[in-house]
Amino acid sequence: MFRTAAELVEIAEKENILISEVMIRQEMEVNDKTREVIYAEMERNLEVMEKAIEDSFQGVQSVTGLTGGDAVLIQDYMKNKTPLSGILLLDAVSKAMGTNEVNAAMGTICATPTAGSAGVVPGTLFAVKDQLNPTREQMIRYLFTAGAFGFVVANNAFISGAAGGCQAEVGSAGAMAAAAIVEMAGGTPQQSAEAFAMTLKNMLGLVCDPVAGLVEVPCVKRNAAGSSLAIVSADMALAGVTSRIPCDEVIGAMYRIGKAMPSTLRETGEGGLADTPTGRLLKEKIFGAF
Amino acid sequence: MKYQSVFDIIGPVMIGPSSSHTAGAAKIGKAARNLLGKQPKWAKIYLYESFAKTYKGHGTDFALAGGLLGFETDDTRMSKALEIAKECDLTIEFIEDTSAVSHPNTARLVIGNDSEQLELVGISIGGGKVEITELNGFKLRLSGNHPAILVIHNDRFGAIASITSILAKHEINIGHMEVNRKDVGKEALMIIETDQNLGEKVMNELALAKHITQISAIVS
Repeated sequence: MFRTAAELVEIAEKENILISEVMIRQEMEVNDKTREVIYAEMERNLEVMEKAIEDSFQGVQSVTGLTGGDAVLIQDYMKNKTPLSGILLLDAVSKAMGTNEVNAAMGTICATPTAGSAGVVPGTLFAVKDQLNPTREQMIRYLFTAGAFGFVVANNAFISGAAGGCQAEVGSAGAMAAAAIVEMAGGTPQQSAEAFAMTLKNMLGLVCDPVAGLVEVPCVKRNAAGSSLAIVSADMALAGVTSRIPCDEVIGAMYRIGKAMPSTLRETGEGGLADTPTGRLLKEKIFGAF
Repeated sequence: MKYQSVFDIIGPVMIGPSSSHTAGAAKIGKAARNLLGKQPKWAKIYLYESFAKTYKGHGTDFALAGGLLGFETDDTRMSKALEIAKECDLTIEFIEDTSAVSHPNTARLVIGNDSEQLELVGISIGGGKVEITELNGFKLRLSGNHPAILVIHNDRFGAIASITSILAKHEINIGHMEVNRKDVGKEALMIIETDQNLGEKVMNELALAKHITQISAIVS
């Protein structure tokens, strides 16, 4: 089994296979499953992701009313105006936000790697899809590539906001997506690692400070930021830009930063944005005075 | 390594809003129910740190209830689990505990019915993945990745052999095994992770083995 991103890239290069293929082969071996079974399981995840995005475009609203409807606003804006950041990027943003709006509304989603960060991987996938025209198999492979890098983070650091802050959730998700975009666009395994490193670097230190402790504010908009950063980092890596700090060392830095974070900034809803006057007011409105 | 499968990272399919606080909590509830072997009549659930601070917002309470009712993480009845529990005569009490714990998402479940009870500590480590760290006062580390059986037995010679010989006879491979006891000659616990799920026939045979007081299976 690969433990580090360096090992993952090395296996792919040595055997001349894609990152996604390394992940598929390991999954077959470790969990004693056939390729067909693994594909079918991942395809089901893909279908859930697709459905969540479709649902969000109908407009959803969370029970608290804190989130919902932003994905639709952005889709309308894209139709009626010329977005400054470009159609592909803004499409990813709207689909990432939409998925998280569905999550906040207690709809069905696929955690990637968590529910709070579930928008980034599908949001970017269903946006770059329109430009890269992948086969269904390539779309499934996208998820295996993202999963391979997420596997490294989960085993060497953390993927939950309670353990390591939002850098561990949306940071990991964005970095996973960046690596997967590179593979789908025809980049090398090493370029996937570079894209991963450059995304996570720019998410280091991001705290988990949800208002009223809910996966709504600022989570939905952080998924927007994570997906846009993933696309930009993927483009940088495909252009040949590299990270001076290697991928595994960035993950190590993320781990140490998370360990140093006080618990008020790790999904307790006690610090950061949750502890602003408006954040406290919203909490009071939702749950009554504590 | 804590995570063994790509589906721990891309997955699970679940009802929102939080993989740790909703999906993970449901899995802890379900593990407790499986260990009791039936639906409990009452449950006292102690919540710590992030679980204690945010359980209302994340639906940790209804997810734990859903797990106790046997719901999977993607069961669309999840958000109604507290009401459903009431209809099923399952009384649940939530207690916010300020004690220090080693993981921020920790829950202690004491559940039971008229004749039996069990106490379990579970942690939700991220992405919907959980570990059972304590059972009836025994420390353990159960990943939930593989099928497992938990056997409460008397600490006597031959007790372990009586179980393993039955597994051998049915050609069931043991992947990981731990034995803990409270004191010499007292109550002890065997945790056996196997490569395949055990059928009813094997479970019944194991239940009748020497020195065994209670046996339960966690189906992966």
